[in-house]
Amino acid sequence: MVDTKVNLSGLVLDNPIIPASGTFGFGYEFSELYDINCLGSISLKGTTKEARYGNPTPRIAECTQGMINSVGLQNPGIDKVIGEEIPKLKKCFSKKAIANISGFSIDEYVYCCEKIDKVEEIGIIEVNISCPNVHGGGMSFGSDKNSAAKVTKAVRAVTKKPIYIKLSPNVTDITEIAKACECEGADGLSLINTLVGMRIDLKTKKPVVYNKCGGFSGRAIFPVALAMVYKVYDSVKIPIIGMGGVASAQDVIEMMLAGAQAVQVGAENLVNPYACKDIIDNLPVVMQKYGIKSLSEIVGKAH
Amino acid sequence: MNKGIYKIESNERIAKNIYKMILSGDTSSITKPGQFINISLEPFFLRRPISVCDYDDNSITIIYKVVGKGTDYMSMLKKGDTLDVLCGLGNGYNVDKSEDKPLVIGGGVGVPPLYNLAKKLIEKGKKPIVLLGFGTKDEVFYEDEFKALGCIVKVSTVDGSYGTKGIVTDILPDKSDYNYFFTCGPLVMMKALSNAIDADGQLSFEERMGCGFGACVGCSIQTKNGIKRICKEGPVLEKGEIIW
Repeated sequence: MVDTKVNLSGLVLDNPIIPASGTFGFGYEFSELYDINCLGSISLKGTTKEARYGNPTPRIAECTQGMINSVGLQNPGIDKVIGEEIPKLKKCFSKKAIANISGFSIDEYVYCCEKIDKVEEIGIIEVNISCPNVHGGGMSFGSDKNSAAKVTKAVRAVTKKPIYIKLSPNVTDITEIAKACECEGADGLSLINTLVGMRIDLKTKKPVVYNKCGGFSGRAIFPVALAMVYKVYDSVKIPIIGMGGVASAQDVIEMMLAGAQAVQVGAENLVNPYACKDIIDNLPVVMQKYGIKSLSEIVGKAH
Repeated sequence: MNKGIYKIESNERIAKNIYKMILSGDTSSITKPGQFINISLEPFFLRRPISVCDYDDNSITIIYKVVGKGTDYMSMLKKGDTLDVLCGLGNGYNVDKSEDKPLVIGGGVGVPPLYNLAKKLIEKGKKPIVLLGFGTKDEVFYEDEFKALGCIVKVSTVDGSYGTKGIVTDILPDKSDYNYFFTCGPLVMMKALSNAIDADGQLSFEERMGCGFGACVGCSIQTKNGIKRICKEGPVLEKGEIIW
């Protein structure tokens, strides 16, 4: 028997597999496909203070081994998430979920974190300071270490739940921002969010997505994500949730060797709705193949 | 929705850049005309959403137009090849809402889902009139198939090389001959129809999709009844809820 348990700031997960925010809705729709209680946890759809439609369509473009999205944080707003979506999830998921909070000002982050702090079903708050799809919004907080520190400090003051800051790869030095968040009391870090990308339609000779640029994700970005997790692991002591292009149990193990304590699966859910389940089912087999008895023991072993 | 491996029984060209593929496999998750399937193609990351033209207990017919690398790849697949497919996606047309004399109007590669729709309307005792619009004679398909169902069929081509010269709004019958409509085709065509037809109707929309089953919300549009995902609450929407 292999041990797939991991510990995220006191929250023990049966396995390190977490569907990434924005690729799994609020979870319950996937419960029609399989028992989602097999998951380590779920990172819920990015939530803001007010309801948002997001950006105009088209907001999806294909890339080689990946995709671009410019959804722009479509969500029903924090009150409906707490009042309607989380109760629906509770009916089919008995574990703690991860709330994913975005904002357009520090006050908005604080407002949402204060509200979500009181929700029992939430085990961790993932604070997204890195959405590339909102003007003057999340990204500006995540692209500067001073503003990243300010958001972290402000949300730290209003919740006792573990706070994981979700970082952008679209920066000069991600380790500087990671250290700033750690310094202000972040319990952990989630990385990476999507890379800024673009496609142009040869027929119209214009960008495919309405917003021109969007967030590039999928298998193609795995090496970029892995390198950033590896570097950040060297720079901070707090745990890292690694993500970006993870598509197999082998990828999960690589991420953990680089320094991830748990791993999120994103775009892969969109092309294979069973991706997380398939990875979880395959994880013990791959662990045995490589002589790994306990996943928590391999974290950072590539260093 | 179900995910399965489907076998290609045939894959043939039926008009200019238009191909018809028959797949065999589990069709139990298809419950209405106008639903779609989402096909994984080995060299590509995202699946290709294609509307269901017709289906029975163990086969699905799709008709697709070669418009890019993905559909070009599809056109080269052979009988016996297998495909990973998400089946039974979207809400489809609601035939129960139709009046007794519906118009069924397709434009170009929007025509396929209307075939099974026409079948279902006839099964319900309705008398559909089918209007098909194409660019040119080489692109015309399924006129005979609709006729074989017992429908009255009128065809228009933009260049006048076949049927009536013009677009589908040019071949609309007299208002007394219909009292409802169903359509699928280019946005400009559906908008023109929506303006030209007083009766209620259902329209099937297209949008660039990520997943095809509601998870990524990439294809959401705003309607009078709130945000709707084209892949989940759509692709079929009612005339009255559309914001043009």
